[in-house]
Amino acid sequence: MTDGGEVEELLRVLAPQVLGLLVRRHGQFDRCEDAVQEALLAAALQWPEQGLPEHPRAWLLTVATRRLTDEWRSEHARREREVTVATREPAYAMVAPPADAEPPAGDDTLRLLFLCCHPALARSAQVALTLRAVGGLSTAQIARAYLVPEATMSQRIRRAKQRIEAAGARFTMPSPADRDDRLAAVRQVLYLIFNEGYTASSGPELHRAELTGEAIRLARMLHALLPDDGEVTGLLALMLLTDAHRAARVGPGGELVPLAEQDRDRWDRAATAEGVALVTEALTWSPPGPYQLQAAIAAVHAEAPSAAETDWPQIVALYRLLARFAPNPMVTLNQAVAVAMVDGPRAGLALLAPLADDERTAAHHRLAAVRAHLLELAGEPGPAREAYLAAARATTSLPERRYLELRAARLAGAEPAPSIGVDRP
Amino acid sequence: MKYMLLIWNRPGFVEELSEQERVTLFGEVDEIMAELSASGELVGGQALADPSQTRTVRLAGGHPEVVDGPFMESKEQFAGYLAVDCDSPERAAEIAARWPDVRYGGVMEVRPIMDDAGTEM
Repeated sequence: MTDGGEVEELLRVLAPQVLGLLVRRHGQFDRCEDAVQEALLAAALQWPEQGLPEHPRAWLLTVATRRLTDEWRSEHARREREVTVATREPAYAMVAPPADAEPPAGDDTLRLLFLCCHPALARSAQVALTLRAVGGLSTAQIARAYLVPEATMSQRIRRAKQRIEAAGARFTMPSPADRDDRLAAVRQVLYLIFNEGYTASSGPELHRAELTGEAIRLARMLHALLPDDGEVTGLLALMLLTDAHRAARVGPGGELVPLAEQDRDRWDRAATAEGVALVTEALTWSPPGPYQLQAAIAAVHAEAPSAAETDWPQIVALYRLLARFAPNPMVTLNQAVAVAMVDGPRAGLALLAPLADDERTAAHHRLAAVRAHLLELAGEPGPAREAYLAAARATTSLPERRYLELRAARLAGAEPAPSIGVDRP
Repeated sequence: MKYMLLIWNRPGFVEELSEQERVTLFGEVDEIMAELSASGELVGGQALADPSQTRTVRLAGGHPEVVDGPFMESKEQFAGYLAVDCDSPERAAEIAARWPDVRYGGVMEVRPIMDDAGTEM
């Protein structure tokens, strides 16, 4: 008997390597991907019972290759019957060569990541395909994590693979001109996977919370493959520093605890230390980028013994830099909070003013929530309460709505008002 | 992002359609469902029985009371829903706009579904 968790871990590492080898040999990403999934499934059933094979990767490769050739043979046979051409042994009916005859598996994993994050795909399709082809997750696992029926996720993946084929994508490294854009897409997809899991990491949402670990694992892998990319390092650091808050971000009743009120003793020290070290080191040699800067901000928070002792001027400076690299309203929102901590709530509110005219943010719950917070700090409970309630109406997240309603209710000096309708389905 | 598309229509309106209109209507519904299945956007959906089969529970004299008939006495009644997972609210509205009931005076409401996940502020 082998431990099932151990097997699963090993399979996830081997999945992109086996898929890479198969695609390079046979082309047809779509079919190879299905064949690898079948091999993974077979291994997940057999290995815990019968023990690990001597060469796990070669085992998977052989099984996946057999699946492919079986499929080809039956198609071939069908065609033969139809056209009655003389039978011959298909050239692709081959056995796997020894593992040491293969090029570095890392190149294949990178190629796979680039393929899965192909620009012909919508982000949601890139995410699903990356989790399956590179992460080695089954369609059922991905469907559970994204709370959709398995048939729906299966179609999404199938369609993504068809799109890639239709776009004529090849299993090669992108051209130098495309490489930066593709790598940016890969980073964004990994960060989306992380956030999907992180924001859901409470209570009955365990299937989604696993995505956080998966995203960190993939970011680690990417970092190992591209140690000279400062933004990949920044991404990994940002994930580690954010995930370190996990135990402190949700209260006993499932309610969200804001950063300033989190019990910092419950932050994961090892993850924090690793994240701080990664980003600090990267910033010494890499040109700064959005992920590094966000990680640096998270590192400043992590190093403060308490919310009150946070180095806010440093955070303001980092947000200013971030706003220059990646000007976007969400950055301005966070910047306003930091500015308020240094120069007072009025200064923060002044930064928010232009966002009310920006159609991307005018109706966004985060703008109303930050305004509410700053108005509360400015000693204006009436308008603050109105803004909290506006934010509560605008969010589509249950825990956020509950939190915002609670803040509004506190300002009214009353018990929390009950939500409209049911809170939990 | 997940959306629920709420279908409101006048009960019995299908009975007044010609056979040709009816075939067209169900064909369009089948086509949309097939498209949503193929695209991986379909999360679920249910059609509801005629409103005459409804029982309504409401507070009466401090206690829940069960009565026959629908809650609202409006011309349009809630007839069923579709749940979709789309990349944009525009896409969800586009699906709703194609729902054939709208041509016959029905109404579609597109409402975001609440998420159990959230970000601390």
